[in-house]
Amino acid sequence: MVASVRLARVAIAGNPNTGKTTIFNRLTGARAKVGNYPGVTVDREVGMLTLAGNRKVELIDVPGTYSLSARSREEQIAIQAVCGLPPLEPPDAVLLVVDATQLPRNLYLALQLIETDAPVVVALNMIDALESNGLEIDRAVLARELGVPVVAVSGRTGEGLDELRTVVAKMLDDPSRGRPGARWRIEDGVLDADVRTVTKFVPETWHRGSEARARALALWSLLSIDERDELADAPSDLRASVTSRRRFAAAAGREIESEIIRGRYSWIDARTPLFIKQRPTGKVSVTDRIDRVLLHPLVGFALFLLVMGIVFQSLFTWAAPVMDAIDALFATLESGTMAVLGDGWFGDLVARGFVRGVGVVFVFLPQILMLFFFIGLMEDTGYMARVAFMMDRLMKSIGLHGRAFVPMLSGFACAVPAILATRTMERQRDRLLTMLVVPLMTCSARLPVYTLIIAALFATHDKVFGFLPVAGLMMVAMYVFSTVVALVAAAILGRTLLRAERVPLILEMPPYRVPHWPSVLRMMWTKSRTFVTEAGKVIVVCSVVMWFFLRFPWSDADARPFADERSAVVATVVDESARVERLADIDHREESARLDGSFAAKVGRTIEPVLAPLGFDWKLGIGVMGAFVAREVFIGTMGAVYAVGSDADEESTALRDRMRSEKRPDGTPVYTPLVGLSVMVFFALACQCMSTLAAVKRETQTWRWPLFLFVYMGVLAYAASFAVYQGGKLLGAT
Amino acid sequence: MAVSLDTIDPGTAVRLVRIGGERAFRCRLMELGLLPGTAVRMIRRVDVGGVLELEVRGARLSVRHAEARELAVEPL
Repeated sequence: MVASVRLARVAIAGNPNTGKTTIFNRLTGARAKVGNYPGVTVDREVGMLTLAGNRKVELIDVPGTYSLSARSREEQIAIQAVCGLPPLEPPDAVLLVVDATQLPRNLYLALQLIETDAPVVVALNMIDALESNGLEIDRAVLARELGVPVVAVSGRTGEGLDELRTVVAKMLDDPSRGRPGARWRIEDGVLDADVRTVTKFVPETWHRGSEARARALALWSLLSIDERDELADAPSDLRASVTSRRRFAAAAGREIESEIIRGRYSWIDARTPLFIKQRPTGKVSVTDRIDRVLLHPLVGFALFLLVMGIVFQSLFTWAAPVMDAIDALFATLESGTMAVLGDGWFGDLVARGFVRGVGVVFVFLPQILMLFFFIGLMEDTGYMARVAFMMDRLMKSIGLHGRAFVPMLSGFACAVPAILATRTMERQRDRLLTMLVVPLMTCSARLPVYTLIIAALFATHDKVFGFLPVAGLMMVAMYVFSTVVALVAAAILGRTLLRAERVPLILEMPPYRVPHWPSVLRMMWTKSRTFVTEAGKVIVVCSVVMWFFLRFPWSDADARPFADERSAVVATVVDESARVERLADIDHREESARLDGSFAAKVGRTIEPVLAPLGFDWKLGIGVMGAFVAREVFIGTMGAVYAVGSDADEESTALRDRMRSEKRPDGTPVYTPLVGLSVMVFFALACQCMSTLAAVKRETQTWRWPLFLFVYMGVLAYAASFAVYQGGKLLGAT
Repeated sequence: MAVSLDTIDPGTAVRLVRIGGERAFRCRLMELGLLPGTAVRMIRRVDVGGVLELEVRGARLSVRHAEARELAVEPL
């Protein structure tokens, strides 16, 4: 029997924008498992790193950070991951990626990391960019001062990665090579006494018997813990100790935090001249020259609008033909499945429940791929940081992050890729807030519903002021309405449920770079794959449940009269076109009769009193329920309800006529313009989209937020439709 | 004479004298290398976004106008 040997674990850490991800990808190839750090929605990527002699180790991605200090649960991941604080396991070595062009700031994290007593290897990245920055770094001196191995690499060119593999292997064989002990040592006796006191309260589960680590964690606690942090698992006696030391210090006019930070930076500033030689380049850098244009108040803003216009067009227009092709493909698969399995309940389940559900999943792929192509490109070139920069004032005014702009804009095409795109924001709170309001934006799936209602119920040939078409104006009004509601919702949710401490915007403006295409492609691939496998499962299950709801109870007996009628038509009607027409009519009536006997219809009739105040009858209720699969399904469902066929689209005159002539039991028309308005408002606000909920579930890793989203949007939709219909009636509108 | 950082013209280098605001805010800035005594150069103002870009210890950093108001600086 072969004993199972645990693979060695190497954590890869670094500041944001240091090219850590590129190095991770280069070292592990394209195959990484994406999981989640426990308790937070932070991706935990694990890849397989092959060292010399086919030796395999796990490479674990640690979220990018400027410091190990933490205020929130998310920031806390960094210290947990490098020290192996419960529930995480300690790594066997830590690979720290530093940006050679911004070394002093990167060394702050290096000092903290070395203090923790973890075996550290430094990858000095972006050495290919040193020359153009007029920088020269003496690697041997840097290694000597830090006391750990330093390997010069370039994630872009792949230079130095073989040496890095060798050094990591040696580190795993002899970890002492990367554990030189704290570099910055406290000389001040008073500060030292503070740290010693706090060290006593660092729990054994944290330091695991290491004196040095206990001290590092005491320093971490002094910088991280306060009355308003959101850290998990900090023992109360440790908290009390930190608070009391801080109070004593303040009474003596000292500030412990600034003494610690200043101590580390003094160490860095004193040594920087030893290993960095800066010669003036005498010219303005390329990045500065580009920024003069791209951040120009007029030109830069115009270019920004152009770029965003292209992103939007690609999602809204250019993705459409591919989506139509996927739709057509799955329609063929659906009818093919029916042909093979027969039209019994099983064939119907597989074709209309399962295959159709899988089709819904795949239809999102063109937009997801396109959006992440642009996001990858903007991130990789450095333009995304500028977008966040230019949009900060606007987005902050409604409580959102500057980076929420791209997802919000994408929401006008489709909420699903937009929700996946919230990952570009670091804070969970910013991501959540964006996810909760993006589904309010007028997505393209709402447009067919609006088109149908407007065309059926409003005098579309009328013009306001003689030239503004009513239909166009109503469409614009729906866009304005949804945007205003989304912004107000963001402002309210951001100040109540998701109220967070104001975080200073400290953005780095990374230098512009030529995009690294493999990274862009990899992002597109990873996003699509996780969407299909994770959100896809939920969507297919929902689709099958909705199928059951709309197609059951199944009765072959009910189908018999229609079958008889069909045989009669086939036997008696000679004229080809008349026969086709008659058969289609029978199909439509059968479909309608079947829907009429379904659970959905039963529920629709049961809840009719609840829907009545919105002006909806039970048939509209079925349409609204059916639209949970996707909003545009409303049209097909209404087509089935009114026996004009579920293949009706928003341009169908048969469906429009049928809607106009539909009467209530008392003889009044069901569809008045006021009812139409109420339906549109309902569709604008309700979360009638299982895929949106599945995407939120995927991104938050819990059912709590999708459930909240569904309920809050549902309540909002009901209240607004109620107000429109009842208010309209009071004002005497029909 | 100390003035607040948001009043400095682009291209000007100054010395940071004092950081106001909450503890967490001060810690974050200091850990990024913005300590009292540090030389800071104003690179540009982006008024569209309400943000400033600074150069500190050879690295670029940006902060909001409102936050820059918490930073007192003096001429070098």
